[in-house]
Parts: sequence; C-alpha cells; structure tokens
Amino acid sequence: MGKRKAEPLLWLLFSAGGLAAALLLPVLLALFGLVFPAHWVSAPGYAHVLSVARFPLTRIVLLGLCVLALFHWAHRFRYTLYEGLQLKPFNMLIILGCYGGALVGSGFAVYLLLVAL
Amino acid sequence: MSLKYAEFHPRWYRPRMPVFWWVHRRSYLIFVIRELSSVFVAWSVVFLLLLVSAVGQGGKQYQQFLHLSTNPWMLVLNVITLAFLVFHAITWFNLAPQAMVIRLRGKRVPRSWIAGAHFAGWAVLSALMAWLILG
Repeated sequence: MGKRKAEPLLWLLFSAGGLAAALLLPVLLALFGLVFPAHWVSAPGYAHVLSVARFPLTRIVLLGLCVLALFHWAHRFRYTLYEGLQLKPFNMLIILGCYGGALVGSGFAVYLLLVAL
Repeated sequence: MSLKYAEFHPRWYRPRMPVFWWVHRRSYLIFVIRELSSVFVAWSVVFLLLLVSAVGQGGKQYQQFLHLSTNPWMLVLNVITLAFLVFHAITWFNLAPQAMVIRLRGKRVPRSWIAGAHFAGWAVLSALMAWLILG
C-alpha cells in the first residue's frame, strides 16, 4: 500500500481510536488504577471478573478498544515527534516504530483476549 | 531567465525553529500536552492487557495484579494517566462538532448538541462499565 493510500486509513484509525479511548478508558483506569488500589471500593472477586471478561461482547469491545487506541497512539505520537521535537529526518524510523509498535501490541491483544482468556 | 546567470542567487529563507518552541506560550504548551496524551492512552492499553493477561492465568495472578496496582509508583503513574485521559476525552469531545457537521431538515445541528451528545454518551458508557465491573 502506497503512502498516499495509507494516510486516510491511518487518520480514520486515529479518529476512531481517539473516540474509543475517550469513551471507555477513563472509567477503566479510574477503577483499576485508582479506586481499587486505594481501597475506596473493594475490587471485584476473581470469579466475577473472569465471567465478565470471558463474555464474548466484552472480548470484542476490549479488542476493538485496544487495537484502535494503539493506532490512535501511533498516529498522534508520530506527529508529536515531528512537531514537538522536530524529528522529521528520522521519518522512516518513526513510522516503523509507531505503527510497528501498534501492530505488535494488537497482536498481543488478539492473543490475550481471544486465545489465552 | 536561467538561474545559471544569476550571480547573486538569493539564499532560501528558512528560519530555524528552536526545538522547544512550544514551551513559551500557554496555548502551544497545551497543544503539546494534548498531543502527549497519546502516550498515556498507550500505557492504559498496556495496563489493561496486563489485567486481562492476569485474569486469563488464574486467581493468584489476578491477586498479584491487584497487588502490583497498589505499588506507590504504579499508583502515581496511573493517577497521572487518568488526568491525561480525562484531558484527552474533554478536548476530544469539544472538538467533535468541528469534525462532524450533521444536518437535520436542511439545518445544521448546533455544535453544543453534538458535544453534549458525546459527553452524555461518555457518562452512560462509564456508568455501564462501572456497573458491569462492580457487579
């Protein structure tokens, strides 16, 4: 796929990922990153978490969220490096690192959510 | 006229920008901070996948994950992450009306409605997720 053809797709993934991350990530991070560790509310038991996580719709939603959010990161971080730190000369390296990282992360997400869970 | 004969060909004017051009003005700084939120989005995905991985392995590993999340460093990192995520969400929803132009019976739907719908969706989904997780 040529650069010209890939760019609209990457923007679409960026946009979808930004929306998914904005809608779903804050509540998940608030609960597992702050509310449960600080013992404001006790964390749910293992059996409950397992049954919720194994529910097919949960797997699909979480997988979509992970993949889209990773591509959102890749696209935005690429331009942060270009503009914030003026690293445009390392264009190819940055593209490889960002989208490659998102692809590897997506692979992990597929394995963890669809195979290992 | 060919360039060959221009003895005093002008040098291109290419002003050099300092690398940290964005620290001196508030609006630029906020722009870069907003862009940096993506790093915390990526960390949240990693954190989430650590949780999923632990849940997939068993009850003991799930307890270990919960224990890991109480580590002070982890707690600080996640509080910062949460702040960036909320900042990302608010700026994203406020920008949504600029990206979406919806027309209803030939009239443009007001910007505030589109932003409002996003915020309402955020609240509903967050409540739903919390209800599912807390059981």
